[in-house]
Amino acid sequence: MSLLIAEEVGKNYQVGEVVIPALRGVSFAIDPASFVSFIGPSGSGKTTLLNLIGCLDMPTSGRLTVAGADVGTLDRKQSASFRGANIGFIFQDFNLLPVLTVSENIEYPLLMVQKVPPGERRRRVTALLEAVGMVDQQDKYPDQISGGQKQRVAVARALVTNPKLVLADEPTANLDHQTAYMVLNLMKKMRDEFKTTFIFSTHDQKIVGEAEIIYLLEDGELKGKEVKGGKNNG
Amino acid sequence: MANLFKIAVRNLLRYKRRTLLTASLITVGVVFVLVFVAVAGSFKNMMIGQITDSMIGHVQVHRKGFVASIETLPLNLNLKGGAIARLEKILDAQPEVEAYSPRVKFGGMFSNFTETSSIRLTAIDPEREFKTVPLLPGRVTAGSKELKTGGILIPELLARGMKVKPGDPVVIVATNADGSVNGKQFTVTGVMESATGPGGRDGYIHLGDARELLRMEDRQVSEYAVRLKKFGNLAAFSAKLEGILAGELNQQGKPLFEVHAWEKLSPFFNIARMIDLMTLFIKLMLIAIVLISIMNVMIMAVYERIREIGTIAAIGTQPGKILSMFVIEGFCMGVAGALIGNSVGIGIVQLLNILKIRYDFGQQQGIVLQAGISPADILVISATVIVVSVIASLQPAFKASRMEPIKALRHV
Repeated sequence: MSLLIAEEVGKNYQVGEVVIPALRGVSFAIDPASFVSFIGPSGSGKTTLLNLIGCLDMPTSGRLTVAGADVGTLDRKQSASFRGANIGFIFQDFNLLPVLTVSENIEYPLLMVQKVPPGERRRRVTALLEAVGMVDQQDKYPDQISGGQKQRVAVARALVTNPKLVLADEPTANLDHQTAYMVLNLMKKMRDEFKTTFIFSTHDQKIVGEAEIIYLLEDGELKGKEVKGGKNNG
Repeated sequence: MANLFKIAVRNLLRYKRRTLLTASLITVGVVFVLVFVAVAGSFKNMMIGQITDSMIGHVQVHRKGFVASIETLPLNLNLKGGAIARLEKILDAQPEVEAYSPRVKFGGMFSNFTETSSIRLTAIDPEREFKTVPLLPGRVTAGSKELKTGGILIPELLARGMKVKPGDPVVIVATNADGSVNGKQFTVTGVMESATGPGGRDGYIHLGDARELLRMEDRQVSEYAVRLKKFGNLAAFSAKLEGILAGELNQQGKPLFEVHAWEKLSPFFNIARMIDLMTLFIKLMLIAIVLISIMNVMIMAVYERIREIGTIAAIGTQPGKILSMFVIEGFCMGVAGALIGNSVGIGIVQLLNILKIRYDFGQQQGIVLQAGISPADILVISATVIVVSVIASLQPAFKASRMEPIKALRHV
């Protein structure tokens, strides 16, 4: 059964009296434990689509089902609860909380969103610190570590709640190539280890090759789908 | 909750200079209010003490209608035999009463055998009077503080104007209730300053002398001055005594007595009220300082952390928790300002007491300032600061909690 089903999903933005279509009837399905990339030029609708999948926004038309929930029907509190339980986020600018240490940043969703008991919290944080290779940096604050390390912490934070889905919008945009590959390999490793679905957007052609399924977006429309080892159009 | 506090405190420490400035502003406000309350309170208490303990007493009881005619000191409105006995029995039964003193008040002419002037006289039982208004003997600036039969304590103004000194013979002439004029020779026992300023014309004689001078055949009393064990019980006791005495009726079935607390009898009560009003305005200024400074800081904090708010909201933090985070920041700043302000304020008040600052009030000179803050004052001021801090944080916190994560994440 698919983890994510998009049926003719559309999203319009109103700017003054002008309606701008950001997504036009996009349909696709993604299975659990996939490693998927949405690619396309700026303004193609990648971020809009990821925001819809992440329940941060609502579709204007169509139906989008994530982990069995129709995201168009969730209210503000339900969306927050749904995200906290099912979705992890990795941001382009890392978005770590500057007042928390590395381990506290990873622990944050367990503490403030899911209310996990202290023992279990410690166990999960330690496991992820080891998995992303940040054990030695766990007491440092975000401004004391490098960009690549910040993104590794962000990956750990996204995975700590054992989400079904991790969304990453341009996760390597602010990283050099070597670090970008390292982060992507880490994400893939985490997918293998935790069976979590990863969906990321990028416009970096070198990074795209790391994805197992690639969707091409142009002008808000899905123009193609490439599965590693073959190519599907439409 | 502990984690919310931890995050709030770290966020406050993140902008050390701004937090320090805001906390300093609150601290200055709290210090200002505490010192003002302590000094103004000290002055007010001293003033009330001077008025009540050297002249009026805490409460006075008269025959109904006496106070309305007090300018003429009407002898026909004196309390007599049965009423005096009933009133004294009631006063004896009140556990709140420390002492009470009967007085006869009347007007007369004061003569030094060459000149004559008017005088207002209060006839007292010295032993009971000094228990009721214990600062009265302290007003005697020359001569003896003891008042015996045949002696008179005269006001400083009269002594100076009539060139009379302790030991001099004088004559008091007064009209009794029947209208006949009587005179009696007295010896000046002492000269006393006025409790309220240089204009006083009040003298004191013994009750026995008043009876003789006014040809009173039976015991008469113009007023009873009452001193309470605890001044703080004044309002409750006045109400209680009024209730009790309301049941005491004259032969016409009308109330026999009237009760007045000191506030109703002294114009200085208005000054006391003015001090209270000034204190209220100072407290309102503190509220304004806290409200504006905290709100300003929290609005800035929300604006600067929009992306962080977007991040925690995207991760799944509930709006209520985001609201709590910012409200707790305001709360912590209020607590810090109140704690530091109270510490500094108490320190300054202690310093004022150590310095023994002196000031004059009326005829009293060199009164030592005794600034004091009650725990209730500290609690009320602290609670006000903290509650206002929380209220000031609510609007920015609410704004943060209602922020759309998608818009917040896009914020640059």
